[in-house]
Amino acid sequence: MDVVIYLIPIAIAMGALGLVCFIWAVRSGQLEDMDGAAMRALQNDDGSISSDSDD
Amino acid sequence: MSAVHQTAANDDTPRVGADCCDAATFSDYLISKSAPKPINDHIPECDPSAFVVVDDNGDETLSLFVENLHCAACIHKIESFLLAQQGVTKARVNMSTKRLSIAWQAGQTEPSKLMHGIAALGYPVTPYDPSDLANIKDTEDKRLVSALAVSGFAASNVMLLSVAIWSGHASDMGEGTRTLFHWISALIALPAVAYAGQPFFQSAYKALKSGHTNMDVPISLAVILASVMSIQQTMVGAEHAYFDASITLLFFLLIGRYLDQRARAKACSAASQLLGLQSKAAIVIEPSGHRRSVRTRDIKPGMQMYVAAGESIPVDGDVIRGRSEIDVALISGESIPRLAETGSQVFAGTVNLTGPIEIQATASVDKTLLSEIVRLMETAEQGRAKYVRLADRIAGVYAPVVHVLAAVTFLGWLIIGDASWQTSLMTSIAVLIITCPCAIGLAVPAVQVVASGRLLQAGVLLKSADALERLAEIDTVVFDKTGTLTLGQPQLVGGTYTDDALSLASALASHSRHPLSRALSRTLSADRTYDFKNICEVPGYGLEAELDGKRIRLGRREWCGRPPEDKHNTNMELYLSSGLVKPARFEFQDALRPDALATIDSLRRAGFKVELLSGDILSVVQKTATALNIDTWQAECLPAEKVAHLETLAARGQTVLMVGDGLNDAPSLVAAHISMSPSNAVDVSQTASDLIFQGRDLKPVLIAIRVARAAVRLVKQNFVLAIAYNIFAVPLAMAGLVTPLIAAVAMSSSSLVVTLNALRLRMLR
Repeated sequence: MDVVIYLIPIAIAMGALGLVCFIWAVRSGQLEDMDGAAMRALQNDDGSISSDSDD
Repeated sequence: MSAVHQTAANDDTPRVGADCCDAATFSDYLISKSAPKPINDHIPECDPSAFVVVDDNGDETLSLFVENLHCAACIHKIESFLLAQQGVTKARVNMSTKRLSIAWQAGQTEPSKLMHGIAALGYPVTPYDPSDLANIKDTEDKRLVSALAVSGFAASNVMLLSVAIWSGHASDMGEGTRTLFHWISALIALPAVAYAGQPFFQSAYKALKSGHTNMDVPISLAVILASVMSIQQTMVGAEHAYFDASITLLFFLLIGRYLDQRARAKACSAASQLLGLQSKAAIVIEPSGHRRSVRTRDIKPGMQMYVAAGESIPVDGDVIRGRSEIDVALISGESIPRLAETGSQVFAGTVNLTGPIEIQATASVDKTLLSEIVRLMETAEQGRAKYVRLADRIAGVYAPVVHVLAAVTFLGWLIIGDASWQTSLMTSIAVLIITCPCAIGLAVPAVQVVASGRLLQAGVLLKSADALERLAEIDTVVFDKTGTLTLGQPQLVGGTYTDDALSLASALASHSRHPLSRALSRTLSADRTYDFKNICEVPGYGLEAELDGKRIRLGRREWCGRPPEDKHNTNMELYLSSGLVKPARFEFQDALRPDALATIDSLRRAGFKVELLSGDILSVVQKTATALNIDTWQAECLPAEKVAHLETLAARGQTVLMVGDGLNDAPSLVAAHISMSPSNAVDVSQTASDLIFQGRDLKPVLIAIRVARAAVRLVKQNFVLAIAYNIFAVPLAMAGLVTPLIAAVAMSSSSLVVTLNALRLRMLR
């Protein structure tokens, strides 16, 4: 049962880490442009879109 | 897709953004089939230096609104073009808000060059001042999200410990362990409550200061008292502490708050963006002839402004050079443009169609006709703001009842139960906690979220939070005619012409932005192309061109060489004279929306009274009213008369839904109990109305009313559920039987029940 004495702080610390990361994300505008992020997923590393449209 | 390309490419004006993706090509095709905003074919050279801001690194930055963004390829095109320019350090497109942010090393490049380059790619841009749109909403939103995150983190960790404690009651957890867990819970919960409770504490404080209570008062009271009491209990090593109740309460309530906020924010931004696009920047001509971009609010009377074709006029003024046709639908509701030449007066917000003009401003932007009407609307808005939402009405009753119950419990235990004051206090706080309004806090936002999602599916944008409640209360629907019951665009309905004449005329007409020309060019078939030379549009008269050496004219009767008639001219006809085909006449009519008759019949069958108020002439309005079986109608109404009529209806006790689109409707849109606008309405009307519906059908009006009624029904059900839960739980609390475990379970289950009930809206047909 004594193991609890250091398990609880570890659990809280992990949770706090997650919280800090989330707050950072909100503050630094990571959640600003959700549509843009969705579209940028389709870009190549240099930003281009590989096009294969040939009607 | 090639046929589509050809249709799109027949116009001389460069089709913008049409080659980045299939979606763009298709939407472009659709645009050419409907009535778009006039297209900028003239990219004015102007100097946006008024909008350039120097940031902390010493770089210069510029913020722009961008139009025609469709897809990832658009982002790539713009960003790669900008980053390839010398000196540009940052170029970022925000797809959600359709804005672009550029930064470059000072002096390395010219912002006007960048703007021109982007526009030439096919994306019209307008500079804006970021501080104008600086949202208090944004910071509030962020604060709410942070509070939500903190309370979520704290709630889950405290719950972790609480479940351990509850199990400890059943098995054998020593007092020392339990107290340790209580202290750890305190450590987590108290700072979290202090931070995450701010939105509620501040709101409750404001309400109390102004002498009344709102929903946040019992919430804040419950949370603070629970925390204080729990800490005291922990210090004496007692059995129960309510940390989990207070922090979980905050968590659920913050979810409700956040959903509510998001619903409002999404709706507002559409309108504010439209306003931003149209009127923030204008081009002033300095005495030296140099053109500069300025903020619309910086325009002073006497300044000379340049208005390109396709732009809206920034302030009221007199034309000093140029000749063009102005789309005055904003003011008069007419779809036929008015001629403007040197000396004519033009008004802010109307659109310059044919060619560039220079005007001398006669008013600053806050004194224009447009702003007068906006002010009229704002005063009417004050009256609107007095509407008390259902939730607040319930809160008005709820808060005192809860406090009375808690006080009764305290006194009851103290006097009748003969308990110590600590026990009595604990029991009364338990009452406060259990009557927790978290179900009530979620009752409305949950339904609202599901309802706006359902409405969005039907193409209706909900703009204000209490719109659903107000919409559910109506018994009368008043329609405007042009643009609301009709499509607002002329359609070719008849006349005398041969197929050759039609083909020739529509090919020629595709070079003009005049509504009648657009109507003609919509009938264009792709198989014949004509090689017109010397195409020239003469404002007020028509289009002229040369083909195979012959002169062709498409326009007014007299100009095309016909003898003038004195029979009644409905203004909606074009004549074609050419040496190649027989002279032809084309007749146009503003067509009704395809399902207008069906929708009005459904409304009447559902028991609503339907009326028609229009600014158009008597004969046309009468014809429309008969066609739609509307018995009560008025024609030739001025905006003030429309408002007066609405006030008469209100005095008679009728609650009115106003559906309208023009600026001449805007005051009545605000004066009505609730209002809707089609999405092709002018920006001011879109701002004035509570709901905006898209598409060519009138059906969204019916759907919106149905959804609103269902939503209000569900909200009332939710309140009943929440109160039923309270009726069950309060006696338990008063009897002192509520432990933290029971409190937590009760809270969670009531919130869950309320949310699930809200989801039933999805099942609505």
